[in-house]
Amino acid sequence: MASGKAVIRARPWAVASFLLPALLLLGALVLYPIGYSVWRSFFDASGDDFVGLDNFAEIFANESTRTALRNNLIWIILAPTVATALGLIFAVLTERLRWATAFKLLVFMPMAVSMLASGIIFRLVYEQNPERGLANAVMTTVHDTFAGSSSWPDAEPRPGGSLSAQDDGSYLLDGTVSAGTPVLLPLVAVPQPELADAEPAATAASDPGQVTGTVWMDFTRGGGGTRDAIDADERALAGVTVQAVRDGDVVAEADTAADGTFTLPAEDADGAQLRLAASSFTPPYNGASWLGPELITPAIIGAYVWMWAGFAMVLIAAGLASVPRETLEAARVDGANEWQVFRRITVPLLAPILAVVTVTLMINVLKIFDLVYIIAPSSSQADANVLALQLYISSFGAEPDQGLGSAIAVLLLLLVVPVIIFNLRRLRRENQR
Amino acid sequence: MLTALTACGDDGDENRADREPTIELPDLSGQNLEVAAVWTGAERDNFLRVMDEFEARTGASVSYVPSGDNVSQFVGSKIEGGAPPDIVMVPQPGVLREFAQNGWIPPVGDLVQEQLDANYTPGWQAVGQHEGEQYGVYVKVANKSLVWYSSTAFDYAGVSAPADWDTFVDTAWTVWESGTTPVSVAGGDGWTLTDWFENIYLSQAGTEAYDQLIAHEIPWTDQTVTDALTTLGELFGHNQLLANGNGGSLQTDFPTSVTQTFINLEVPDAAMVFEADFVGSVITDSTDAVIGEDALVFPFPAVGAGDPPVVSAGDAAVAVAPNGEASEAQEAMLAFLASTDAAWIWAEGGGMVSPNRSLDLAAYPNDVQRGIADALISAGDDFRFDLSDQTPAAFGGTTGQGMWQGLQNFLRNPDDVQGAQEYLESQAVSAYGE
Repeated sequence: MASGKAVIRARPWAVASFLLPALLLLGALVLYPIGYSVWRSFFDASGDDFVGLDNFAEIFANESTRTALRNNLIWIILAPTVATALGLIFAVLTERLRWATAFKLLVFMPMAVSMLASGIIFRLVYEQNPERGLANAVMTTVHDTFAGSSSWPDAEPRPGGSLSAQDDGSYLLDGTVSAGTPVLLPLVAVPQPELADAEPAATAASDPGQVTGTVWMDFTRGGGGTRDAIDADERALAGVTVQAVRDGDVVAEADTAADGTFTLPAEDADGAQLRLAASSFTPPYNGASWLGPELITPAIIGAYVWMWAGFAMVLIAAGLASVPRETLEAARVDGANEWQVFRRITVPLLAPILAVVTVTLMINVLKIFDLVYIIAPSSSQADANVLALQLYISSFGAEPDQGLGSAIAVLLLLLVVPVIIFNLRRLRRENQR
Repeated sequence: MLTALTACGDDGDENRADREPTIELPDLSGQNLEVAAVWTGAERDNFLRVMDEFEARTGASVSYVPSGDNVSQFVGSKIEGGAPPDIVMVPQPGVLREFAQNGWIPPVGDLVQEQLDANYTPGWQAVGQHEGEQYGVYVKVANKSLVWYSSTAFDYAGVSAPADWDTFVDTAWTVWESGTTPVSVAGGDGWTLTDWFENIYLSQAGTEAYDQLIAHEIPWTDQTVTDALTTLGELFGHNQLLANGNGGSLQTDFPTSVTQTFINLEVPDAAMVFEADFVGSVITDSTDAVIGEDALVFPFPAVGAGDPPVVSAGDAAVAVAPNGEASEAQEAMLAFLASTDAAWIWAEGGGMVSPNRSLDLAAYPNDVQRGIADALISAGDDFRFDLSDQTPAAFGGTTGQGMWQGLQNFLRNPDDVQGAQEYLESQAVSAYGE
């Protein structure tokens, strides 16, 4: 220390000349842009007129920047905590693993992918269509394993026809039925390939001892068919459950045969209402709307965590290696179970490193841009908006206003400053120790 | 050398054998012209055929530079650099006006005006004017009032192309009954939704209201807008009429909306897709469908008592001369582009529609292209330019706000006409700076 001070006193010019290149670079690349952004944020779009704090007022008055602020808040709370928590879990668990390095490599790998590339990957993962989007493919597979699928998911009654769709998804026929008069239950909108193997629809036999009828696709290929009548080329809908309902209770039910006909015993069904059970028409489960306005921000945070959990894990694992084994052993000897050891010994000992990881991620999350820009489709971009994206749109979008853009940049800087001060203090304390 | 020259001459004669030149061009030997436009690929190659003809007739040499999407920025930086291109194709009327205001482009001379008077209706001349002076020549236009449909789906449902909106909606329902989803909507791209709205509005409310709405002289909360959105709601309000439903439509981008209609020729995912003539190039590039057989087209149906709408967009050729005086070569080029000779060569290459009314429809390479051009020309001066292109960009051309977001909100929630209108009006007020 002493010799260093001596050098400074003896040859200030030498010190200055060594510092000069770095100072120049810092000044040109960091200080000047910051100063200019602050200056620019007080001017309007053209840069000619001084507007005072109007740009800052605009940030809080504008709907889209307010959404961006709110989303940034969600981001800064959710993303670092989830990533750090996952990193901690991975780090602690892999400690015991035989293939720890291989596992860590795998979790860390997404860090090597650029934000742009992982944005594109997750854009595809979150696609609505289960045939294209992995997330929904998983969800529909799990769902269909338990729920099964229905026979004619697309079949619907014609609007304004004798059948009407109920809230529970079943189709109710107007009026009551009587034995001996065959009932017609026409449905439409079944896609042609689904009908490829269907038999032609048949008119049900008239039998005074039974309620009979036909469920069929009331549309002739090429048009020209008569509505609500079984035309020559029209196809039967087999396997539809027909229920006779009296005062809300199902009194009889039957499935339609290959030719679309069904029979119900007259003693139960005569004078009852007919209903086509919802189970025959349940639309296929399509998964969640990941890219829709409600889920878009959590979905993008998911992509971010996928990238950064590895980073947290590697830092925490390094911290874990320096935790004194004796302390852990002592606790175990004293009868603490593994959860208590983790909760009372490991986590407190890791607290400094956990704080560093969380704070680093917070700084990182505040300037999140690429993932949001790429993953959100344009219809939900407004709902996924974050400050950095709004900064880009305001400054370089269709109607550029670099005054407003600079104001957002200054706001971002102000938000990051407390976190940086926290980090610096912490560093200084560590050094003093 | 001599043989080569003769061969060239023969080629040219064959091309023009059956047509008399309609324009006399000066001798421009030794002069160079630089032309800038956004076109790339097949579009550029087709344009270069027109340039070859110009070179052959005048002896000038023409070079082509792609301008990129932001033409205004491109020209601005080139002028600052001291080497602007001689001719630029500007894609929006607003950009032409901006150039004229900056003094970057001079008004056209007599030679050009002569061709314009002969071949262009007053309406098509007017879109190239600024404050009464003619600055540009519209050379290539898009007809944005077309509905493309899958012949398989229409045959299966036994329906034919509808002429008015009510029949169109009925057709959609019949197609739905037949088991094909009727309409593919590219709700992920806000601009396609603005085109839906513009066509309905132009036909239903008429040209006068359309022009007033552009200038924001009538508010978006006006009854005419209510009517147009209610009409659009007859289609958007029924989940089962839209491919992938309302939610899925909002995630569908424009190319996907076209491919899902035409990629599966046996069992199409959707029967119809609405958009401009450039749908044709998406069909050709990304599907096996043959235009004219598998993929057919009908003009956007007339709404209510109105005429069928013709909404267009297009590229105007302007001469860049920051010193205020266009050269003889620039004048000659503009005049040539306004002539029927140039339009013919350009049109026969396909993929382009000319606003030149003197052009024989026989020049177009196929019936579909001919039909598109016919609809545009026979609209006379009742065509209108894309409404959203003529509003401030913050309102008519920005993701996440203005018309794009307003109509996406409407597609998400088609019952809330009033909410959509209030949003549009509040966005318009801030974008027009009122």
